[in-house]
Amino acid sequence: MADPRVIVLGAGPAGVRAAQTLVAAGLRPVVIDEAPRAGGQIYRRPPPGFTRSAAALYGTEAGRATAVHEAFDALKAQVDYHPETLAWAIWDGVVHAAKGATALEFPYDALLLATGATDRLMPVPGWDQAGAWSLGAAQIALKAQGCGIGRRVVFAGSGPLLYLVAAQYVKAGAEVAAVLDTAPKSAQIRALPGLMARPAVLAKGLVLRAKLLRAGVPVHQGVTLTRITGSGEADGISWRDARGAEHHIAAEAVALGWHLRPETQLADLAGCALRLDPETRLWLPEIDPDGRSSVPRVYLAGDGARLLGADGAEAAGRLAALAALQDMGRPVSAAEQARLRREIARMDRFRRGLVTAFPWPAAQAAALPDETMICRCEAITAGEIRAAVTGKGAKEINRAKALSRLGMGRCQGRFCGVAGAELIAAAAGCGLDEVGRIRGQAPVKPLPVAATPEGAA
Amino acid sequence: MAFTRLAETGRPPVAFTVDGIAAEGCEGDTVMVALLTARGHLRREEFGGTPRAGFCMMGACQDCWVRLADGSRIRACTTPLSPGMDIRIDTPEDTWPTLA
Repeated sequence: MADPRVIVLGAGPAGVRAAQTLVAAGLRPVVIDEAPRAGGQIYRRPPPGFTRSAAALYGTEAGRATAVHEAFDALKAQVDYHPETLAWAIWDGVVHAAKGATALEFPYDALLLATGATDRLMPVPGWDQAGAWSLGAAQIALKAQGCGIGRRVVFAGSGPLLYLVAAQYVKAGAEVAAVLDTAPKSAQIRALPGLMARPAVLAKGLVLRAKLLRAGVPVHQGVTLTRITGSGEADGISWRDARGAEHHIAAEAVALGWHLRPETQLADLAGCALRLDPETRLWLPEIDPDGRSSVPRVYLAGDGARLLGADGAEAAGRLAALAALQDMGRPVSAAEQARLRREIARMDRFRRGLVTAFPWPAAQAAALPDETMICRCEAITAGEIRAAVTGKGAKEINRAKALSRLGMGRCQGRFCGVAGAELIAAAAGCGLDEVGRIRGQAPVKPLPVAATPEGAA
Repeated sequence: MAFTRLAETGRPPVAFTVDGIAAEGCEGDTVMVALLTARGHLRREEFGGTPRAGFCMMGACQDCWVRLADGSRIRACTTPLSPGMDIRIDTPEDTWPTLA
């Protein structure tokens, strides 16, 4: 009997470790990744010809980043690697992909989705202007291109990335005008017991904050962001401090983000059940402790399933691959599985600490003025969405999408869907469970109209 | 406002054009970086014509599509700059959908 065909989607920390585990078991998995080089977003590699060291690029995580890169480079001859390839649909046991204008089909016996995450965004009036960026964008500009998004930048939102990227900008020589954290200091103190699950990571976070203070960067906690100012191109941000006083800071660019949201479109198209997680208020794929989804032969690992960070993703990738091997009747080490489960459980305690420390400001959605742009792609305002809810009774988000065009644009709701759901829930006076989530639609990203089949791969 | 180069500044230049005007980026630049180191936006939003520069830089938001002279469209944040690229941003055929 031929070896089972296993596909790993995504070559970030989870996908790389999953592929490595499958290869170690004697399989030759297919690895499909959108990027030209493996590593994912957090360990993203600059193009050839760039000269900064791993230490300069990844700081305290340089060792881990290099290990992931080297692990994948060593695997290349033993996997069927498809970089710069977009997986755009999954149905009937086949991954449909496109590389440039060539359409590819990959039938599978087992599928491991390691699709990662994007920034979670709460709209701020004026965020649709040029010069307002996601925090992830600010980091990628620096890491992958050696650029700052401006000479003088404000970092606003909440979450570990807020402080990390701000510190990276200071180190690179940019001027960080301020760090504006919507989470109150009290939340971070309350989170300490959970964060103590990973004392070394907590210590790194405290060091980052100390570096910002030493560099003279103003850090304000418990703020409310009121407007990104500018006339088409951002020129600063207005905000209110914890005592209610109004402020404005001039900046060439503003980076925004509230931690991450998982990329679940492909899991959705594969038929995996998703469930509302009441703590994070995100819809997450249902998985067992090893990463088995609700669909047989489909496994999930990394930030696309649970936001455990890059090292958590490595462990989850290994564990999900072991689950796939076990389900195929291959021998796996029970001790290794137990060790990985323990590691993930500890990381999950830390993750929950982060949720407490940097809460998603759900109530902010209800407070957004009607003229605030929510859906950047289709230019749909908060008022238009509220009108669909209160005027037309669209409480379910896909109905609200049909009536208002919220989330119907090219990003498919990645950047407006989470806040849009909060806005609908507030307008309808119901819970997020009743609002639901924007359904995944194929193609999950735009495809060239001219994509032509190459035949089954 | 424009991007600022903080590192990796020793790369060879790459010539391209924007709306027919000569421009210069560096080898290894994405189209986005080559454009935004010299200007604050790279397209105009389809409905109101307001400037847009992109948002996520990881190929997820699709806010940074720009047009080439041959009519094709590229995602600026994931497309490497290549010599002689002929990018159109504010020429009439690219802005007509936003004219009232």
